[in-house]
Amino acid sequence: MKRHRARRLAGRVGLYASVILLVSPALLFFLWMLSLSLKNELDNTAYPPVFIPHPPTLANFVDVFAKNDFLTYTINSVIVSFSATGLALLFGVPAGYGIAKAKASKAAALILIARVTPGLSYLIPLFLLFQWLGMIGTLTPLVITHLVITVPIVVWVMIGFFEGLPGELEEAALVDGATIWQAFVHVAMPLARPGIMVAMILSFIFSWNNFIFGVVLAGRTTRTLPVAVYNVLTFEQISWGPLAAAALVVTAPVLLLTLLMQKEIVAGLTAGGVKGG
Amino acid sequence: MSSTTATSLTARATRGPAYARRYWAFAVPAAAIVLLVILFPWVFTIFMSLHDWKVTGDIPFVGIANYAKMLRDERFLWAIVRTIWFTAGTTIAPMVLGVWAAVCFASEFKLRGLARTLFVLPMMATPVAIALVWTMMFHPQLGVLNYLLTSVGLPPSSWVYSSSTVIPTLIMVETWQWTPLVMLIVLGGIASLPQEPYEAAILDGASVWQMFRHITLPLVWPFIMVAAVIRMIDALKTFDTIYVITLGGPGTSSETINILLYQTAFAYYDLGYGSAIVVVFFLLILLISLVLLRVRQREAWR
Repeated sequence: MKRHRARRLAGRVGLYASVILLVSPALLFFLWMLSLSLKNELDNTAYPPVFIPHPPTLANFVDVFAKNDFLTYTINSVIVSFSATGLALLFGVPAGYGIAKAKASKAAALILIARVTPGLSYLIPLFLLFQWLGMIGTLTPLVITHLVITVPIVVWVMIGFFEGLPGELEEAALVDGATIWQAFVHVAMPLARPGIMVAMILSFIFSWNNFIFGVVLAGRTTRTLPVAVYNVLTFEQISWGPLAAAALVVTAPVLLLTLLMQKEIVAGLTAGGVKGG
Repeated sequence: MSSTTATSLTARATRGPAYARRYWAFAVPAAAIVLLVILFPWVFTIFMSLHDWKVTGDIPFVGIANYAKMLRDERFLWAIVRTIWFTAGTTIAPMVLGVWAAVCFASEFKLRGLARTLFVLPMMATPVAIALVWTMMFHPQLGVLNYLLTSVGLPPSSWVYSSSTVIPTLIMVETWQWTPLVMLIVLGGIASLPQEPYEAAILDGASVWQMFRHITLPLVWPFIMVAAVIRMIDALKTFDTIYVITLGGPGTSSETINILLYQTAFAYYDLGYGSAIVVVFFLLILLISLVLLRVRQREAWR
């Protein structure tokens, strides 16, 4: 019995040690990012490095918004991500329902292929198309290309959720004379609300994080935040404080969303194994 | 209650091809979008790959010349080698760590929810922002990583500034970022396992390792496979991290297919050749995806 308890104890110690080992790279990274963004330039380039900002300063954040047009870029990012997510929900939720109900595995395969195709491979023809249409330099091409990411995510997550719903309620509605559209809107959709939530969050996050479409398609005034923050690097080589502050501004909404909605996000990711771009 | 069951049974009995067809209407708008922004680019890319297509000037039809060029293009062939090396690294390391993490997070412990959220943050954070912070940490003189290495007595590394360490370093960044996805998928698998085998094993005095090796691993193997294929596809597609941290450098020593593709199409504006690279790259990914689909379908629509 004593040996058994010793073994249990060793197991617990091993478990906690493992968790600390696994979590600390993430934790230390974000703490360092925060530390960089709160220090003045002198401390940021000091060697050995200064770990705790003393005193912490918000000057870097002020700097980011003062020197660059970050407010415009933030608005751009909000417009693009919200539109791309909204449109994806509008088209993707019914599509997910249709595919799940019809057990259309070929359509599901097409969506899957769309999800695995590298974003870059859409860009050459779409770039030309938008050039011909004279749309380069507006936000429309960005919204349209972001659909490449958001529609497959939404459809994929929704297929999973609608498959998991019991069909009896809708069938009862159909028998009572409802059209399939009514059965979808009034029976299936309310039941799938958690799924729609998951699809919305994931779609928003991956659209927000997208970099590659913006690099190619955005002009000076239509940059989204990830493109804008990359340009901070190019033009101000070693001013680390503002760069870290800018990086934090860009990723903060997503990190907050993850912290608040972790249950929903985990559910969606485990179901679909989704990643954008 | 019984009448509902009866009607649903008749409804089920009358299901036929017509039943499924009615639901196609739901997918029409999304199908239109897919056609416009996904299928059109595919078809047009194949068309472009058969031409000598620069941004300005004539666009002569050249047949498979772009594809033939690839076989002789050393830069392209090296990019393939690098992509394979990078993909192997960024698949194997996150798989091992991800399975280990999933086993840990499947156990009960204090602050598990918080620890899991922290662990998942790297994959949700904006890749560009993350890559910029890594770049600062890799700085050879002022970077915090070399400070940490030297303070424990190890020699400083040149990280992304030397052609021999750049790919391992990028693999480290990708592993840091994408291990959580593997963990989540495998954790989902572990959560669905029955408890009885473990109870029996504990009674028999099995060790933690024995339980992992003989119960967990075989039972969650399908999930591990799904995670591995997803990871492999995402690894092949890696762009943001490499583009931001090294832009394929130093020289071309971290130039993977995706980066070469970007350079060819949007730096040199050789759209025809770029399209041919897209087609080959896409076929490669398609092949892997088909494997994924087989694995997935087996569990979804039995």
